[in-house]
Amino acid sequence: MATALKFEKPNGEMKWIGTRPVRPDGVDKVTGRAKFGADMSLPGMIFGKVLRSPHAHARIKSIDTSKAEALPGVKAVVTRNDFQDMPSEITPAGEMLINYRDVMRNVMARDKALYEGHAVAAVAATSNSIAQKALALIEVDYEVLPHVIDVMDAIKPDAPVLHEDMFTEGVEPTPTKASNASKRVEFAIGDIEKGFTEADVIVERVFDTKPVHQAYIEPHACLASMSEDGQAELFVCTQGHFIVRTHCARLLGMDVASLKVTASEIGGGFGGKTVVYLEPVALMLSKKSRKPVKMQMTREEVFKASGPTSGAHMRIKIGASKDGRITAGEAELYYQAGAFQGGPIGPGAMCAYAPYDLENVKVIGFDIVTNRPKVAAYRAPGAPISEYAVESVVDEVAKKLGIDPIDFRLKNAAKEGTRTAYGPKLGAVGLIETLEAAKAHDHYKAPLKVNHDHGMVGRGTASGFWFNIGGETSTTINVNEDGTVTLIQGTPDIGGSRASNALMAAEAFGIDYDKIKPMVGDTSALGYTFLTGGSRATLANGVTTREAANSAIAEMCRRAAKIWEIPEDAVKWENGAAVPAGDNAGKFEPMSMAEIAKIAGKTGGPIAGHAHINVQGAGPSFGTHIVDVEVDKETGKVDILRYTVIQDAGKAVHPAYVEGQYQGGAVQGIGWALNEEYIYGEDGKLQNPGFLDYRIPVASDVPMIDTVIVEKTNPKHPYGVRGVGETPIVPPMAAIANAIEQATGIRFTELPMSPPKVLKALDEDAGGTG
Amino acid sequence: MAKIHVTTEINGDPVEFLCEPEQTLLDVLRDELNLTGSKEGCASGDCGACSVMADDRLVCACLVLGAEAEGKSVETIEGMADGEDLHPLQQKFLEHAALQCGVCTPGFLIAAKALLEKNPDPSETEVRYWLAGNLCRCTGYDKIIRAVLDTASDMRGS
Repeated sequence: MATALKFEKPNGEMKWIGTRPVRPDGVDKVTGRAKFGADMSLPGMIFGKVLRSPHAHARIKSIDTSKAEALPGVKAVVTRNDFQDMPSEITPAGEMLINYRDVMRNVMARDKALYEGHAVAAVAATSNSIAQKALALIEVDYEVLPHVIDVMDAIKPDAPVLHEDMFTEGVEPTPTKASNASKRVEFAIGDIEKGFTEADVIVERVFDTKPVHQAYIEPHACLASMSEDGQAELFVCTQGHFIVRTHCARLLGMDVASLKVTASEIGGGFGGKTVVYLEPVALMLSKKSRKPVKMQMTREEVFKASGPTSGAHMRIKIGASKDGRITAGEAELYYQAGAFQGGPIGPGAMCAYAPYDLENVKVIGFDIVTNRPKVAAYRAPGAPISEYAVESVVDEVAKKLGIDPIDFRLKNAAKEGTRTAYGPKLGAVGLIETLEAAKAHDHYKAPLKVNHDHGMVGRGTASGFWFNIGGETSTTINVNEDGTVTLIQGTPDIGGSRASNALMAAEAFGIDYDKIKPMVGDTSALGYTFLTGGSRATLANGVTTREAANSAIAEMCRRAAKIWEIPEDAVKWENGAAVPAGDNAGKFEPMSMAEIAKIAGKTGGPIAGHAHINVQGAGPSFGTHIVDVEVDKETGKVDILRYTVIQDAGKAVHPAYVEGQYQGGAVQGIGWALNEEYIYGEDGKLQNPGFLDYRIPVASDVPMIDTVIVEKTNPKHPYGVRGVGETPIVPPMAAIANAIEQATGIRFTELPMSPPKVLKALDEDAGGTG
Repeated sequence: MAKIHVTTEINGDPVEFLCEPEQTLLDVLRDELNLTGSKEGCASGDCGACSVMADDRLVCACLVLGAEAEGKSVETIEGMADGEDLHPLQQKFLEHAALQCGVCTPGFLIAAKALLEKNPDPSETEVRYWLAGNLCRCTGYDKIIRAVLDTASDMRGS
């Protein structure tokens, strides 16, 4: 047997949850069989490509597509004229707010191209090479406009304005002059001035971070097919096929029911696949050509026209008393949103001081547009940026007070009952547990060792927070005629959620994991289900799967009662079987799921369970990271010597995939800290739109990533689950900056801490002190 | 321009195909032969998701022209399992949870197999440097490296 499933021993009182079986979709993924976004084909399929603006900011005076249309093999060309401009209105879309006017104008430029790479036209042709040739035949007359790339340059009084109708929201009175600041947010508790007067130590620092890309390995891709009667199908790699359906139907004026969206396997997303780019274009090309149209971004297009997350400019000021209590925390955050409003300034501002139980906090944030691609969510959107800055200053304050940084955090740690600066009080949370686990960890006590004669070593720590979310979720469970279970979830499986969902179903039914076949249903198979993101998939599916299983179990108990001719309430469910209970206990042999299912047709028909719930009760997840670095005095390169992630999972359903989230998030954070950045020229063009120059960590850049799973039960979840995916990317940047500070005595306040920057600072430091 | 006729061998089978001169081996595998297990992550040789063997040499299929497959023997992820039996690396990747999204997995498996054929007893550092041409954004590499080292250890034992 090639694919025998292997199990470790059950964990605690739960039989399946907490075990590490092979994932149900695993064999397809190690054999090349799994179908990702670009892997599907249809008969008669043609190929679509996008023409993109070469300018950072330009008015589009005219577009002439006639030569492209005349090229043999070209079946359709679309421009702004094929899409309707949408009214400007903010519409709730799950956890986010969407302005469909902006979404439409980002999908296809209207009056202006707002960044290099902005889509201006698209063609579909019988081959990729013909489509490519056709792009070169499209004539666009641009009036090039002055551009602005840097976030602080964008709010200077004389900066080029991207949107003539943008007047800063959240400022009283509303400005009468258009600017690039779309809104101001503020979260505050207590009295910040009073807090600073009570402080014995105050540290104030200014930080800058660069935009970084999610850098999923699979570029955006889709296959669209619209028939003559307007019915359409879309096969696409996305974190949420229901939201793709919502957006495409809205942008194209379709009935939602006329569009069926199937989520392909998805090759990474990290938040970047929660919006639409190619999908409405592919549908329109298919509508015009009456042929299935396949589209796929190149890596260059991914960098220039999708993602990334914000770069930011930040001022942080923290005061603390001698006894180690933070008396005041202040932050001023400027996040760049890209070409359209709506960067993650809200969560960035809310999360800034979330790891702390503070009386006086004031956070002000600004959302600022620049001539860059519109930012998309990236793993704990906004939080890693502000928490990096705060955790850097926290480390510095602890040092000034002569208190161990973990002890300092313990003195101020958020806990059950902590009132957050953004409003609610925290329920049961596990920050203190992660800090205590960090302090007790061998890593925190191990001596630091220099490895080469020009190395300087240091150790840093930092904590991080993410809310986690629930949201609209649907699940269908079909009990098949042999007693196996088909489990249909609505959230695309981005990192093993079918495995965790099947474990939760096995636990609910009391049957073996390998009797459950989980799959991701298309949009016609289930009720609306919000996307995979916010660290919600395992949490929310746990609630709906349990609910759907309970309803199927209740039905099976009714069937057994019917067969045994006893009252329904005299049957209970135990270990995957209906068992007579109460006075009838022992009178009948238990009926297994397989036995009940086999004769379901004679006892009332098929057996299924459904759940459609707006899931509440998400539990925040806190983490604390420890890192050892070695800084090379001669090159400025920073090596990660040892790394430990300690995080509260609530309950780890499949611990191997929880560890995987911790490890993957940490390494993305290492890239963010040390190497990754969008580099622009004076011309407003991106200079590193490829993996050679936008260098994400490779295997030889990192050590093994140790993990500690803390399990502080989420009391609001049937299995105690929190979300785990996002928090791990929050602490690394500060932890590494803190370690570099310990190694070199230099506080870096700019990301990435890349070799040239580190070397320059070391040289300046040596010059200054020597 | 006229298409080029190419005669080659893929996963042990004789194969003929027509390709445009500018089509890469990756384009041919995916678009002409429907072997979509090799992935395009960058088309510039930076990510390794399209790793295949060409005459026992590990290459990025996106950096090889389709026409260059003439007379060669090409191995892709679709040929890695032996009938019902997964290759030990495939089995270990599953057991170690060495994949999350799985899009880089075919490339890692082909590259790791090439390593173990060359060096059956690699150190962790050797595995890390050999696989430095394969990008994974999900796992942080930890479980991938462990799976490769564990496979090497098992294969040496058997």
